[in-house]
Amino acid sequence: MSNGTVTRQEDISHDGLSGPAWFALILLISWLVLPLIPLGIWSISRSWFFPDITPSAYSLRAWTYVFSTTSEVLPALGMTTFIALCATLLSAIIGLPAGRALGLYQFRGKAVIELLILAPTIVPGIAVALGLHVVFLNLGLAGSFSGVLIIHLIPTLPYMVLVMAGVFANYNPEIEAQARSLGAGPIQTFYYVTLPAILPGLLIGSLFTFLVSWSQYILTLLIGGGRVVTLPLLLFNFASAGRNDITGAISMIYILPGVVLLLLGARHLTGRNSATESLRQI
Amino acid sequence: MTDVTLENLTKTYPGETIPAVNDVSMRIEGGSLTALLGPSACGKSTILKMIAGLLAPTSGDIRFAGQSILHLPPNRRDAVMVFQNHLLFPYMTVGENVGFGLKMRRLPKKEIADAVGRTLEFVQLDSMEKRKPSQLSGGQQQRVALARALVLRPKILLLDEPFSNLDANLRLEMQQLLNSLHQELKTTMLFVTHDQEEAVALSSKIALILGGTLRQYAPAVSLYQKPQNQEVAKFFGAKNFIPGECASGYFDCSLGRFALPDGAPDTGNILTIRPENFVIGADGNTENSVQATIVSKQFLGNQTRIEMRKESISFEALLPPHIAEPFEEGTTVAVHFPRRSLWVLS
Repeated sequence: MSNGTVTRQEDISHDGLSGPAWFALILLISWLVLPLIPLGIWSISRSWFFPDITPSAYSLRAWTYVFSTTSEVLPALGMTTFIALCATLLSAIIGLPAGRALGLYQFRGKAVIELLILAPTIVPGIAVALGLHVVFLNLGLAGSFSGVLIIHLIPTLPYMVLVMAGVFANYNPEIEAQARSLGAGPIQTFYYVTLPAILPGLLIGSLFTFLVSWSQYILTLLIGGGRVVTLPLLLFNFASAGRNDITGAISMIYILPGVVLLLLGARHLTGRNSATESLRQI
Repeated sequence: MTDVTLENLTKTYPGETIPAVNDVSMRIEGGSLTALLGPSACGKSTILKMIAGLLAPTSGDIRFAGQSILHLPPNRRDAVMVFQNHLLFPYMTVGENVGFGLKMRRLPKKEIADAVGRTLEFVQLDSMEKRKPSQLSGGQQQRVALARALVLRPKILLLDEPFSNLDANLRLEMQQLLNSLHQELKTTMLFVTHDQEEAVALSSKIALILGGTLRQYAPAVSLYQKPQNQEVAKFFGAKNFIPGECASGYFDCSLGRFALPDGAPDTGNILTIRPENFVIGADGNTENSVQATIVSKQFLGNQTRIEMRKESISFEALLPPHIAEPFEEGTTVAVHFPRRSLWVLS
């Protein structure tokens, strides 16, 4: 009897996505995927002129160029990845204690601090960057890797801090006291008790942070002064030079981490995994 | 079996002027089961956390077997705390939870597994080793928390209201379990509770904390029969406080002269008797008897409350219902104050 109920429920969850839901899903997928299709075609086309629907000739020329040493795409890919990883790590190191303080404690001026942390997501980045450029010049940070890394923290930190604040708002720090009392040192307590509890949040925060840093263009350009070359900078160069084939090829590389991280993180982001788990347990 | 000594222990939280714990000194005997009793927010949990090393005292000292342990971090103190919420690590199995402390001490895996198995048997949960804490009932979770602490054979086991989240039947069961564990292991145990029945039933000695200070530290019987002051007496349910004068073995008040038991304080101006100790309707000629009028009578289920008055002094008795039955409101009866149940406060 109960078996029958289970199948029926699963049926509903599979076929239940009908009408408006299907429409929304298709719209969303087209919105995200359709613009990528011409880019993909561009990257393998030799000549593609208006009003042709498809290119008149194909070639892997753009891809060969992109992977050649002269294009500097691979070093830029490395640089972009390295900056994004460093920005994520630094954001985690700063954002974890900051989020903990905001999530666990009530103190005077908390609302103001929260607003200040949110500010970079509201204030246009270019306004901030123009102001900071002068400061960075004076400090000798302009045009350097560390300068770019620091400026990337401005848009990335809010995501990490706010996600961690949410995690710690539902966290009982007494469990750490319990671990200490049972003989765990501070590092062991963090590794065995705190980290497993906050890991899902930390992963989501890192995901955001990585992608936000990955997609920075204007901040990298202003502070890096062209000396720190990341993938979006190259991409923009080729796009403005009218090299649609190379732009397409670089774009394909550029969207890769986003897609991969989204697929890896989808289980955490949507909670679908736990939902299907609990369905199975009924 | 480690003696634990608190010396002038004081804690004032930052930004506050009144200390949460004020000059508490006491010696907890090795192998004893002692209760810290008091209403909520009286400072008893603060004392426990200071012993565990989770809070630093403002002044004073804590000694284990004569050695100050204040400089030790919580993980080096061998003073393991069990909290009100079981605080089991949710992503570890029951067995991993119990083995956590031993793992932190870097014991070999084989030894950990043996100790975990043995301790889980102690708390009758050996079949649950592979389960996750969320699959256990509230009582089982708290038993795992107990096992997780006991497996370490701590110098002192600190229990912070360990059973107050459980329902009445389960609480009784857990109290019995704790008692038998204590009999078996002889670990020094200090537990915090606001429930005086629990404190009385479990502990060999009770420290009554009111407003951050230690009011009396004595076996439960003494707290009931020989309270040090009116506050202690009131906390343990004493009701009758009759003003008067002490005079060499006697107490004179407007009700007359009462003979005091041996060992009663010879100074003090308040006579007290617990409501359950009156004898009503006795022969009016015995010592310590007065004629009083019954003002009101109230059936309370397992007891009947009788309020009596003589002149301006009123007092209250609690009697078994069948004994109280014949006495009617408004009548005058002979009330006997048994000598052994009298006590004098100042």
